[in-house]
Amino acid sequence: MAIPLKYNIRNLFVRKVTTGLTVLGIGLVVAVFLSVMSLSEGLTRVFKVSGSPKNILVLRRNSQSEVDSGIYREQIPLIVTLPGIDRDIDGNPLFSTELVVILNMEKNEGGTSNVTLRGISEKGPHLRPQFKLAEGRMFKPGLSEVIVSRSISKRFKNCSLDDIIRFGSYQWKVVGIFDADGTAPDSEIWTDVEGAMSDFRRVSYSSVLVRTTDKLGQDQFVTALSNDPRLALQAKSERSYYEKQTSTADPIKFFGIFVGLIMAIGACFGAMNTMYAAVSARTKEIATLRVLGFSHMSILTSFIIESLLLALLGGVLGCFLGLLTVKLALSGVTGTTNFNTFSEVVFAFRLTPNILLTGIVFSLLIGLFGGILPATQAAFTKIILALRQVE
Amino acid sequence: MDNPLIRVGNLVKNYHRGSEELTVLSGLNFIVEDGEFVALMGPSGSGKTTLLNLIAGIDRPTSGYIFVGTDEISSMTDSQLADWRSRHIGFIFQTYNLIPVLTAFENVELPLLLTPLGRVERRKHVEIALYIVGLSDRMSHYPRQLSGGQEQRVAIARAIVTDPTLLVADEPTGDLDAKSAEEILILLERLNSEFKKTIVIVTHDPRAAARARRIVHLEKGVLKEDIKAEDRGSVRLADSTLAFADVKS
Repeated sequence: MAIPLKYNIRNLFVRKVTTGLTVLGIGLVVAVFLSVMSLSEGLTRVFKVSGSPKNILVLRRNSQSEVDSGIYREQIPLIVTLPGIDRDIDGNPLFSTELVVILNMEKNEGGTSNVTLRGISEKGPHLRPQFKLAEGRMFKPGLSEVIVSRSISKRFKNCSLDDIIRFGSYQWKVVGIFDADGTAPDSEIWTDVEGAMSDFRRVSYSSVLVRTTDKLGQDQFVTALSNDPRLALQAKSERSYYEKQTSTADPIKFFGIFVGLIMAIGACFGAMNTMYAAVSARTKEIATLRVLGFSHMSILTSFIIESLLLALLGGVLGCFLGLLTVKLALSGVTGTTNFNTFSEVVFAFRLTPNILLTGIVFSLLIGLFGGILPATQAAFTKIILALRQVE
Repeated sequence: MDNPLIRVGNLVKNYHRGSEELTVLSGLNFIVEDGEFVALMGPSGSGKTTLLNLIAGIDRPTSGYIFVGTDEISSMTDSQLADWRSRHIGFIFQTYNLIPVLTAFENVELPLLLTPLGRVERRKHVEIALYIVGLSDRMSHYPRQLSGGQEQRVAIARAIVTDPTLLVADEPTGDLDAKSAEEILILLERLNSEFKKTIVIVTHDPRAAARARRIVHLEKGVLKEDIKAEDRGSVRLADSTLAFADVKS
């Protein structure tokens, strides 16, 4: 049987100040790590859950995003008569022709940022399951009216209900506020597509969003579109289109892991220092345990467990601090630039149970690497020397 | 001399101090009979503690052999020795060496964690060991809440709880006042006479040596004198004989 766990737990509490400071150090490292990871998670989620699995986005062949795509009006009838498209109860195909324009707008906090203005057809909202009109009403075609996402409404000037958004010589009235449950439309302003085409004197749409019947319908539609020589278009699943944009979160994730790693190395040394002090102060105890017959492995395991317990306390504190930080200091929405569309993407920090678990594992790794060397020193203490040293 | 427990032959122990080699024991031959109470005496540096450590299996000889019972401990590896110590040796230190964060009960229980005994049996054995040393009412006390004499009695309970083949003690009264030292010596004497424990102690204290049945004097690493004392009478500990039943089973 191993050395009892209470031996380690009580020893941690005997050295209250040292233990407390090490736990605090590890806790702060874990909290910072969790904050950065929750930022990355929030941003990733925007793209991962956006769209519907049944939706297909049609773009010009070889274009990377809606911004550099173009679909002419005369191509629309050819697209919407392809096989695999779902229909409403009246038998009309479910699709939305859309135009994406980037507006440079003033932020409430000062400075400007690009915001996506999306012109959509009548069925546009129905194709987006997360869309919900929260205040006001839907825009009416031809009246230069817009609806604004709640996140954009909070972050940008003149975006509240009944405000007028001005851009160059154009102006639109905000008649509704919508909510898209943290998905891509939460970073957008919507208006009627024909009005927008006319306002911006565009001759082509940016994309066509199509609802297919099922997986079979999806395959039929994609194959038919790709094989039609008149179209020169490409079809992408809406989900995969957005998932590709998760690369926006990559630099943040890299930064988070890089900073976390550097701090973790520091925290490892903190834990190591504490454990070396513990081993040094307990040389006599360790020698006694060896005399009683406890093996090298028992001592090694015992001190590694003690280091893991120390780090676990830090991990739990870190999770608590992380939760507190995200709930209190980072509770609102924030934004960054989506480098695929060069427009603002709005997101909220998300501290999920998985991230918290990662934080705990992260702290245990700190404990493991910080504890190995001191525990090895303890395990291979020379009994005679250790007894002589203290007697 | 018909039942030797410890057999030491041609025992040599050298230590290195820098480039210098020190010979602490030089070709020592020595036998301890089963059930003997032996006091090792001699001036500082005579090799008595080294001999005790070698017999207890916490140090290894440079050459020669040591048998305890039928086990040749001088040829065992580190991990074999650790396992052997847990089954055969009860060690009593001068400074008690109790674990400060564990109670008297938990300290005494420690060696039993290395046996296959279950929780209930362990408790029974710990209670008996603490009863023998007269500390049944101090089970939940931490070492800091005990006097020096009481701490040493807990250490003795820890040493006897597994019913080891051999009890070894290094200056067991060295840190105690006269009264406590006397109590500890009486206890050791009773363990020898009543429970037939073989005991080897290292001591400078003539009162401690007087309690032993045999006094071995070492000087400069060789056996100088070996005196057998007269057998003494002993006081029986009623019923406590049960204390050691089956601990090793």
